[in-house]
Amino acid sequence: MASAAAAGGYHVLTFSTFPSQIKGGPAWGQARISSEEILTPGDYLDVLVCQNRYAYDANLPDLREGGLVIYNSEEFELPDNSRALGLPADRMAREAGNPLASTIILIGAVAKMAGVSVEALEAFITKRWSRGRPGDEKIVSGNITALQMGVEEAAKTGLQLEDLDPAPTHDRPRIMIRGYEAAAIGAIAGGVEAFIGYPISPATTMLTYMEANLVGKDRFVGQASSEIESITALIGSGYAGKVTMTSTSGPGLSLMGEGLGLAWMAEIPLVVANVQRGGPATGLPTKTEQSDLIVAMNPGHGDMSVPVIAPGSLEEAFWGAIAAINWSERYQGPVLLLSEAAIAERAQDVPMPDLSQVRVERRQVSQGEQGNRRYAGDGVTPFPVPGGAGAYVANGSEHDEQGDTTHLPDIHVTMTNRRFKKLEVLNDGTFEAERTEAETIVLPWGGSKGSARAAWNELTAEGVDIGWCYTMFINPLPADLLTALQGKRVLVPELNYLGQFAAHLRSKGVNAEAITQYTGLPFKVADLKAEIRQRLA
Amino acid sequence: MAKRNPLYDFKWCPGCGDFGVKVALEQALVGRMAERNESIENTVIVAGIGCSGNMVHMMEGPQPFGIHGIHGRALPIAYGIKSARPDLNVVVVAGDGDFLSIGAEHIGPQARRNLDITAVIMDNGIYGLTKGQASPTTEMNVVTSTTRFGKLDDKLNPFLFYLGAGVPYLRSQLSSRVKDLASDIKEAMEYPGFSIVHVQSPCTTYNDTYSLLKGDAKKGIEPLAYPLGDDHNAEDITAAANLVRDRRIPIGMIYRHEGEPVAAHQRLADAKERANIEQASVEQLLTAMTIA
Repeated sequence: MASAAAAGGYHVLTFSTFPSQIKGGPAWGQARISSEEILTPGDYLDVLVCQNRYAYDANLPDLREGGLVIYNSEEFELPDNSRALGLPADRMAREAGNPLASTIILIGAVAKMAGVSVEALEAFITKRWSRGRPGDEKIVSGNITALQMGVEEAAKTGLQLEDLDPAPTHDRPRIMIRGYEAAAIGAIAGGVEAFIGYPISPATTMLTYMEANLVGKDRFVGQASSEIESITALIGSGYAGKVTMTSTSGPGLSLMGEGLGLAWMAEIPLVVANVQRGGPATGLPTKTEQSDLIVAMNPGHGDMSVPVIAPGSLEEAFWGAIAAINWSERYQGPVLLLSEAAIAERAQDVPMPDLSQVRVERRQVSQGEQGNRRYAGDGVTPFPVPGGAGAYVANGSEHDEQGDTTHLPDIHVTMTNRRFKKLEVLNDGTFEAERTEAETIVLPWGGSKGSARAAWNELTAEGVDIGWCYTMFINPLPADLLTALQGKRVLVPELNYLGQFAAHLRSKGVNAEAITQYTGLPFKVADLKAEIRQRLA
Repeated sequence: MAKRNPLYDFKWCPGCGDFGVKVALEQALVGRMAERNESIENTVIVAGIGCSGNMVHMMEGPQPFGIHGIHGRALPIAYGIKSARPDLNVVVVAGDGDFLSIGAEHIGPQARRNLDITAVIMDNGIYGLTKGQASPTTEMNVVTSTTRFGKLDDKLNPFLFYLGAGVPYLRSQLSSRVKDLASDIKEAMEYPGFSIVHVQSPCTTYNDTYSLLKGDAKKGIEPLAYPLGDDHNAEDITAAANLVRDRRIPIGMIYRHEGEPVAAHQRLADAKERANIEQASVEQLLTAMTIA
């Protein structure tokens, strides 16, 4: 239905989640359809469709006042059907001539109640199942019959939501894309050559996308035996001159800590896409949270500060992946692309990215000009590639200019300074700023951008005087953003207990206070609005 | 690089077996360069942590590229290098602690991939750089600073472990037999797959096994190490396994997988050739998602 609505010109956002089990157990998916740009999955349900009693009980609290329920009456019956419709969907599907069409029947009912164009759905069904196969015609006609049956049953009840506004028009072609696809294609646009990963929810999808799509002769995709193997193999690949990347989630990032320290120390470019889930240890593998910020910046022991880019939308996932590769190549070290389940697993319509804006950077390769003194100098220096000039030892122990181990105090100071000074070249991070003359500014990060923006839009429309700032360049932060925040009260909505970004901002001299939530779910706009109002009172 | 680098302050103890391995590795590389007309920069030495890990700094003569990484991870680093650049000659140098304790989990995967690298293992049966703790190959009952009551764990049999993990090419040597070791390493580098040259490289400070390995007629010690005879069929894994089950240490070619090995990078190249798929452009990938 989301696809049909998108084809009809509507904005759509879908999101689904499953427990960590393969067969059985509760699974749900949601779709939001709107004539306006969609910033969040939505606070409440307009229509709840449930295949069983469990789904009804679990999700009823999310149904908005005046919302409607459609349920499979072969599974359970509701005593009060004044705002609900029970359909024997499986039996009706058999009658329609396609036993597999029970979902289509439910969709027909939803479409009728929500005011989605039935013609657009029919056109979508015809297109979707006209695949040039012998049985196509029968499937299409069975599905359309099923759709009509759902529509008719819904019409009989007279239950109806408000009509949708007409679909907007678009001046650019649009694509329907998932977050992990946007990041993966961004990485391909950024020129990734090797991708080595280990399966882990909710980051496996990026690995499998690369396995299917990064297939050129000079490209390499590998499944490692652990995240320790992933990160150290990436170091080998990056050392050998390749643009390399992996995807992982919290537990994997923890295992990569020492390896990321080696990449920082030995100055090897690589990108780790960390898709955040909830909690420490195994935590909430399929839920969303923003609790890996501290570990992303400081994934290992010792003095290090890993650059972090955290996309807040699907478009930013695409552009952020390119930026992450460019940063890693430019400063010659590891970069964290910090995503989260709610971004990676979301599907949404976005305008086709303007590929003429893609800029790809590559490390400066040594031509032997510095001999074997690879680590000589104050900042970024040319990178020797094996097979070429400038043989040296890439060393995770403290080392001198040619990479030989040393413990001399002066050299540890010089080299530590060198590694931090390299971060100065990452000075092109951009940021959003609106109404910054206000005393208080809302500054979300990552996937909380959408909910925070929706809350900010509504609050300012209601006359609340509050500013807006946002950046996906979390570390190092854009210098001008820090300047803009001086003397302001900064409210930071983020999905963790500690208030990690707020703490980071305070360490940079910003008067930041966190608005936290740690349910494993995204912010509801209404909750954020209420909390911001309370903080302002 | 160490010899001409006054800043580098590490030393192996006098008499350390690793000196012999160093010279053998240098000779093997020089021999390979001459034979194949290949530049030294085409070789990468990947080291872990420990006395063995300093090999990469100690090497003299023509200087290859090197990585001195983190403890136990030389093999996966080598996996990354070789998957990125199959044309490079990649040699892992590691000790028994680095390779068989913290890094043991990486042996099976590289063996099964048949990653085309050579691992030169310096087995001294002890953690030397941390000053004498028990390693997997320390004999049972030996008292060390971490085995107060004598080592309670059985000694790991590295050869059986390698064979069980699927290592397709396995040689055993003594660090004191430099010339033979040089030729072993050079030959192992020619093998199109995962090769291990396991070297008994005694620690004169914490676990001096020279007389045990070579024997001492005056003290009535029979040599633990013995040369493999021509009667051993190295392509017979059962024969190899039976051979190494003995407490004594055979020196020579223990096992070589029969047939023509296909290295990891070649398997991938062949699979891509068969699949015959093109890399889609970014524009194609995005356009496929266009909303109709």
